[in-house]
Amino acid sequence: MAVRRTDSIISFVIIISIWELTVKFFHVSPFKFPGPGEVGVALYEMGASGELIDHVVASLFRVTWGYYLAVLVAVPFGLLLGSWAGARKVFNPLIQFLRPISPLAWIPVALIWFGIGDRPAIFLIFLSSFFPMVVFTMSGVQGVRRTYLRVADNFGLTGIKRYLKVILPASMPEIVVGLRITLGTAWLVIVAAEMIAVKSGLGYLIVDARNALRMDRVIAGMIVIGIIGLCLDWLIRQLENIPYVQWSRRRR
Amino acid sequence: MNKVEVRNLTKSYVERRMKARSPDSCNFHEKCEVLAGIDFTVEAGSFTCFLGPSGCGKSTLLQIIAGFDRPDKGRVIIDGKEVSSPSSRHIFVFQEDGLLPWLTARQNVALGTRHIKDPEERTSLEQDYIEMVGLKGFEDHYPHELSGGMRRRAEVARALITNPDILYMDEPFGALDFVTRLQMREEMLNVHSMFDSTILFITHDIDEALQLGDQIIVMSERPSHVKADIKLDHPHPRDLAKGELATLRKEIYFLMGLHAAL
Repeated sequence: MAVRRTDSIISFVIIISIWELTVKFFHVSPFKFPGPGEVGVALYEMGASGELIDHVVASLFRVTWGYYLAVLVAVPFGLLLGSWAGARKVFNPLIQFLRPISPLAWIPVALIWFGIGDRPAIFLIFLSSFFPMVVFTMSGVQGVRRTYLRVADNFGLTGIKRYLKVILPASMPEIVVGLRITLGTAWLVIVAAEMIAVKSGLGYLIVDARNALRMDRVIAGMIVIGIIGLCLDWLIRQLENIPYVQWSRRRR
Repeated sequence: MNKVEVRNLTKSYVERRMKARSPDSCNFHEKCEVLAGIDFTVEAGSFTCFLGPSGCGKSTLLQIIAGFDRPDKGRVIIDGKEVSSPSSRHIFVFQEDGLLPWLTARQNVALGTRHIKDPEERTSLEQDYIEMVGLKGFEDHYPHELSGGMRRRAEVARALITNPDILYMDEPFGALDFVTRLQMREEMLNVHSMFDSTILFITHDIDEALQLGDQIIVMSERPSHVKADIKLDHPHPRDLAKGELATLRKEIYFLMGLHAAL
């Protein structure tokens, strides 16, 4: 069923109206909860001064590095673990042990190892993306239909060819789900990481605005984070339209 | 050449289904004997059909012969050599879709031409086989864009393009509609006359076996053994309604416990 673009806007219109009415009706102080108008002005000011775009770029830079590094290491590692039971038995307990440790708990470690700057933030993003990505890839590989593996055996596809022609594409649908969820997590974590280690980025913008008692800027920052999250999700969803991935949705 | 000998083959497995599939199937976690001393010989270049009740282990047997699975006891010998792993000279056509869904029809067929060095020769051979199975114009379609019959044809083309010594087919036309099935049946006869491949073909359709087979092996219920090993040298096309074939047909129906069906 086709969803019209206007449909998805309705919920935003409703929530902004309720927000505006609540603030007006209860005479809430703008230091506690500014209305949409004030937040809009703050957004415009930050946008016009170029400050906002600097923060966005800083955050995206860190997310991109941490996420790509994680995907680059996690996908091959997951492919290996998924297809090699011996390695899985050795490494899986360790992965399952490290995975539930929140990346935020790593913040002190990251600061001590990498000091101040981009590197601890990138490290945290890497951690937050790496473990889920390994697990998604691994379970994708384990779920590959036996028939496909037998076709590979039958036609003598071995070694790297077996991975590229059969195992990787067969587990691609689950890997793409993993990429999507992991990117969401990475974006969640970057804001938290920037609240501590750095002097730029959307996380820093929010903490800095709070220290200056500028709630309008805090909320403006939150809105920008949400919008970029939406855009990232849309972007990564485009992967699902590649034939290499699409087959699973179209089958039967 | 490609004589297939199966000697006293036994295979058991542990039942993993919680719910029994039929009243006589094994209980959960129980060791279950599927094949109990299967023994037969298939001559090189012949077309052999396997008949048997569902769940009797026909598929398991074929998987073992193809080298995808190992027997508990007994041996599979092809041309005097014991089978231990799959071979690209022995191609399997799967019961469910064996086409790789992320590859187009042509790319799937091309899995069978990887041994050919010259790219031009490869492309023209692929085109020949695609046209032979009537998929011209559908080369760049993905499997989900093809009909059931076309998918089977593409898979058969992928197998034949390797000019295999042996062709294993596990109920390849089971999911097709009646008419398409009959068409595929005729085409299999052409394949048998055009190629030297030894064909091992599982079916649950008695008439299909009688139409196609040079040899019919009837298997019993589980634990399964060879109930009958019948050689046929009747010319094609065969008329199952009269003569020796009609009698044989009746016998096979009886062998499979179908007394009232005729």
